[in-house]
Amino acid sequence: MSDAGETPEGEAAAGGQTGRTRVIRTDYLARVEGEGAMYVKLDGRQVLDVKLRIYEPPRFFEALLRGRAFTEAPDITARICGICPVAYQMSAVRAMEDACGVAIDDGPLRELRRLIYCGEWIESHSLHIYMLHAPDFLGYAGAVEMARDHREIVEQGLQMKKAGNALMALVGGREVHPINVRVGGFYRAPTRAELRTLRDPLERARETALATVRWAAALPFPEVERAPELVALSEPDAYPVDLGRIVSDGGLDIAAAEFDAHVLEQHVEHSNALHARLRERGTYLTGPLARYALASAKLRPLAREAAREVGLGTVCVNPFQSIVVRAVELVQACDEALAIIERYEQPDAPAVEVIPRRAIGHGATEAPRGLLYHRYEIDEDGTILDAKIVPPTSQNQLAIEEDLRAVVEASLDLPDEQLSLRCEQAIRNHDPCISCATHFLKLTVDRG
Amino acid sequence: MTPRTLKGTPPAGAQAGKQTLAVWKFSSCDGCQLSLLDCEDELLALAERLQIAYFLEASSAIVEMPTRPYDISIVEGSITTAHDAERIQEVRASSRTLITIGACATAGGIQALRNFADVQDFTRVVYASPDFISTLATSTPISAHVPVDFELNGCPINKHQLLEVIGAHLARRRPRVRAHSVCVECKRRGTVCVMVAHGTACLGPVTHAGCGAICPAYDRGCYGCYGPMESPNTASLSARMAQLGSEEVDLVRVYRTFNAAADPFREASEAHEDRSRA
Repeated sequence: MSDAGETPEGEAAAGGQTGRTRVIRTDYLARVEGEGAMYVKLDGRQVLDVKLRIYEPPRFFEALLRGRAFTEAPDITARICGICPVAYQMSAVRAMEDACGVAIDDGPLRELRRLIYCGEWIESHSLHIYMLHAPDFLGYAGAVEMARDHREIVEQGLQMKKAGNALMALVGGREVHPINVRVGGFYRAPTRAELRTLRDPLERARETALATVRWAAALPFPEVERAPELVALSEPDAYPVDLGRIVSDGGLDIAAAEFDAHVLEQHVEHSNALHARLRERGTYLTGPLARYALASAKLRPLAREAAREVGLGTVCVNPFQSIVVRAVELVQACDEALAIIERYEQPDAPAVEVIPRRAIGHGATEAPRGLLYHRYEIDEDGTILDAKIVPPTSQNQLAIEEDLRAVVEASLDLPDEQLSLRCEQAIRNHDPCISCATHFLKLTVDRG
Repeated sequence: MTPRTLKGTPPAGAQAGKQTLAVWKFSSCDGCQLSLLDCEDELLALAERLQIAYFLEASSAIVEMPTRPYDISIVEGSITTAHDAERIQEVRASSRTLITIGACATAGGIQALRNFADVQDFTRVVYASPDFISTLATSTPISAHVPVDFELNGCPINKHQLLEVIGAHLARRRPRVRAHSVCVECKRRGTVCVMVAHGTACLGPVTHAGCGAICPAYDRGCYGCYGPMESPNTASLSARMAQLGSEEVDLVRVYRTFNAAADPFREASEAHEDRSRA
């Protein structure tokens, strides 16, 4: 635990100015998933220290997975995160199938996987845009407070979120911790008629998503330019979601199986989370900004046009504009979900048989907030011998801290309270999921 | 706390006539408190009936209650650190009614699997420097630390049940949350029994209702994420699952998931573990 947990001063204890040294801190970050804190130390106009602290207690998932059946991984790892359980399930089933020599790379089972993943992107991005991030731009404490003045906007966000949840509930059985995902496919494949009931709400959600792009693009953005190395999955003909090689704008181009060889995880003192960095080049960023920069040409025409219309360009270098990129991805997810539903043919069997063997398997997919990597070693009877999970937020931590530093340097003249709000907003730009990050990270806490 | 000049933030202290709601997080995945935000059609109406005074996942506004407790505290997560064991005492002291939500808060959650292992071994598997890890040897439910007024089961909870519990509190009546088994929900839903008809192992007969019997409706056996029902006969169910082909080691795993530390499931898994070693 960081010392933030030991000095609970409530949200936004924007510290005072003592002499030349100035401390900006928030001990309990609001509108993020999980428990985190922020600490910035300045000496005059010089930034001495910047930390995103993670003090959420560890839950030891990698340890408790040992000895479990390979078929249990999607249900157990879903519990890492109530906000993006589908991402955990999808990376887990990919890794287990990889270990067992099974590839579900096309056909209706793959389509159903992308479909439920679209549901999670819609749900998670709607939540983040309208309930977690927008209040920063409009000056509210949260969406409920914002609804007092902007009820229509909050309601349209909630309705779009509801469409994403409806999609997850139909394909997955329920919104949080879906029950229908299994190694090899699904327990039951939905019928065409069932999926078609989603057309109306998804069409409305797509309209709302288009309006959201325009609305988000008109928000006031602080001027900041950032250029971390951007990492995302890559597929030849589709926007990255559930499959592909791991590529970057710095020349990385690897299979999921090579992740460990290229990504180094480092222990740091101030966080219950390991910091991931590229062995060759250091800090990198995953998530909407990375996906968009690397694959905007692969967006569906409707989403590409929506981005062009608001002048987003093919790369977005201002992290505060991630809210616009998320809105573009909402258009993408709604439009792709509708296309999948349109062409869907119910498969003959809801799953393919997966026979365990002694092997190591890797899986990487795109959680709403970035790349999520799983690796498992299993025995010949399918018992899990070893598990490793690297969630997006641990990969993004260094980039978030570097953003914080840049934002502070660009905003030195703001009074403490406003600077603190600006810093929190800079953290929320990347939709960090602290519950996810902690639960794997091999941390060292120096209690000195 | 430094006051903030954010729009729409209510003045400190309770708004006239409204009960106050606080949402607290301990060791958990955030999924159960997300269920409150998943009430897309009801959230804004609820916020008109209640004053949401503390809900960090949703708002940075904190209404401090120096003179009286929060009317309703909703608690997610289990107790896994000494710091959290102290914090739950503070939460209890500042709450009139305390409702726990989800398998972590009511039974210790999946992280209670450490209760069956040596936590030092567990720590060594995950952490390079186990000496620095500050954690308790067990993950325990909130009721092991403070009196709890109502427990809502589920991993995750059912958001309709959450609204029922909050609504019942506002109406000063007992929540309609039944403690019978998932089997009753299958019958009401008209789902053919997966165990009788297909020979699929299913925890439905011993599992608390509330989810709506989703798994059997998706051709899958219940895996017990709502925890034990009021009078579970695990021995009888285990015997049937053994006939269907489950080995002792499988039965240990079946009871040892998200509600592993709930007494009836704990006792069942320990009995099967003893037999698997015999």
